[in-house]
Amino acid sequence: MSNPPRILIVEDSPTMRQLLVFALKRLKNVDIVEAQDGMDGLRKVSSDHFDLALIDINMPVMDGLKLISLIRSEENLKEMPIVVITTEGAKEDRERALALGAQEYLTKPVQANRVLAVARSLLKLE
Amino acid sequence: MSEDRSKIFARADEVLNLFKRGAEFTKELIQENERLRRSLVDIEMRQTFAAQDPDQWDKLREELLQRIKSLEAERQSSLERLRTLEEENRQFATRHVEIEEENNILANLYVASFQLHSTLDLSEVVKVVMEIVINLVGAETLAIYLMDEKTNSLQAVASEGMNLSSFPPVALRSGVIGGAVALGQTVCAEGSGDHSVNSPLVCIPLRVQDRPIGAIAIYKLLQQKESFAPLDHELFTLLGGHAATAIFSARLYSQSERKRNTIQGVIDLLTNKPGQR
Repeated sequence: MSNPPRILIVEDSPTMRQLLVFALKRLKNVDIVEAQDGMDGLRKVSSDHFDLALIDINMPVMDGLKLISLIRSEENLKEMPIVVITTEGAKEDRERALALGAQEYLTKPVQANRVLAVARSLLKLE
Repeated sequence: MSEDRSKIFARADEVLNLFKRGAEFTKELIQENERLRRSLVDIEMRQTFAAQDPDQWDKLREELLQRIKSLEAERQSSLERLRTLEEENRQFATRHVEIEEENNILANLYVASFQLHSTLDLSEVVKVVMEIVINLVGAETLAIYLMDEKTNSLQAVASEGMNLSSFPPVALRSGVIGGAVALGQTVCAEGSGDHSVNSPLVCIPLRVQDRPIGAIAIYKLLQQKESFAPLDHELFTLLGGHAATAIFSARLYSQSERKRNTIQGVIDLLTNKPGQR
C-alpha cells in the first residue's frame, strides 16, 4: 500500500463531499481526492492509485453501481476496497452493491465516526 | 607448530575456566540448599516448639491470623481501586461517545452553514437546502416554499420525492405551513405515518428577523431513518436562520444585479456606448 493512503470520494453533492472530507481528515496523513460523478470517478480511478473509494449510488452521468462494476472489471482495481454511501436503504440495494464488489454499505444520514471506523478498518490503520 | 600449541593452551584455558565457573555455581547451589535446609529446620522447630507450648502456638496462630487479615485488607483495597478504575474507564468511554456525537453535530452544522453561504445564486442556494435536508437530515419527500409577496402566499419552488406540481400554493397563516411561517415556529410531528401535502411531518419556517421568506416542508423520511436525532433539531434551527438569510441575500443580489444592468444600459444609451458596460 502506498504511503500516505489515498482515498477517492465519488459523490455529486458538494455538501456530502465536504462532510466526508471533514470526517476523513481526522485520519492523519491521508490524501483525499474528490470526484463529482461516476464518470469523473472512473477517470480518476483509472489514472491514479487509490487505497479506498467512497461511492454514492444516485449520481448524474454515471451512477455508483455502474462505476463499481466497471472498477471490478479492471484487473488492477479488483482489490481496491469500496464503501457505498447512499440514501438507498432497501435490502436489495445493499445486496446488489455488495454482490458487485463493495466491501461496506453505509446509508445516509451517515455518522462521521462510522465513516472513520470503516475507513480505518479497510485501510488497516490503527 | 608453536601456533598450534598456543591454540591448544588457549582451548585448555577455556575448558578450565568453564570448570571453574561450574564449580562456583555448584558451590552457590550447595550454599543455597544449606540455607533452605536451615530455614526448614527452623520452621519445623518453631512448629514443634509451638505445638508443645500453647502460648507459642497461640502467638504463631495470632501472627498468621494478623497476616491473613492484612492480606484480606490488601485484597479489598486492590478490588476497590479496580472498581474505581473501571468506573473511571466507563466514564471516559461515555464521555468519548458524547464528544464524538458533539463532533458529528458540529461537523454537520459547519458544513451546512458553509454550503448555504457559498453562493449568491438563488437556484444554487435552494439546491444546497435540498441537499442538506436529503443527505444530512435523511428526508425522502420534501418541498421548499418561497414567499411571494405579491400574492402573500408561499409557492413551492423545489421538491424531491413528488412532482413540484403536487404542492399547491399556501396562503400565509393558512394550515400547518402557512401557520408555521406566520408564527415563526418549527412544527415537528414525532413519528412517521401518512402526511399529506398540507400536513407535513416537519415544517421549518424561513424568516429573516420578522420577515417571512419561505418554508421547508418534510413529508417523509428515508426508510432507514426511524426517528429524529438531536442533530436534526440543530439542523432545523440552523436552516431556519441561515437558509433564510442565504435566500434573502441571493434575492437581493439578483435584484441589485438587474438594477445595475438597467442603470448601466441607460448610462450606455446616454453616452452613446451601446452594448458596453
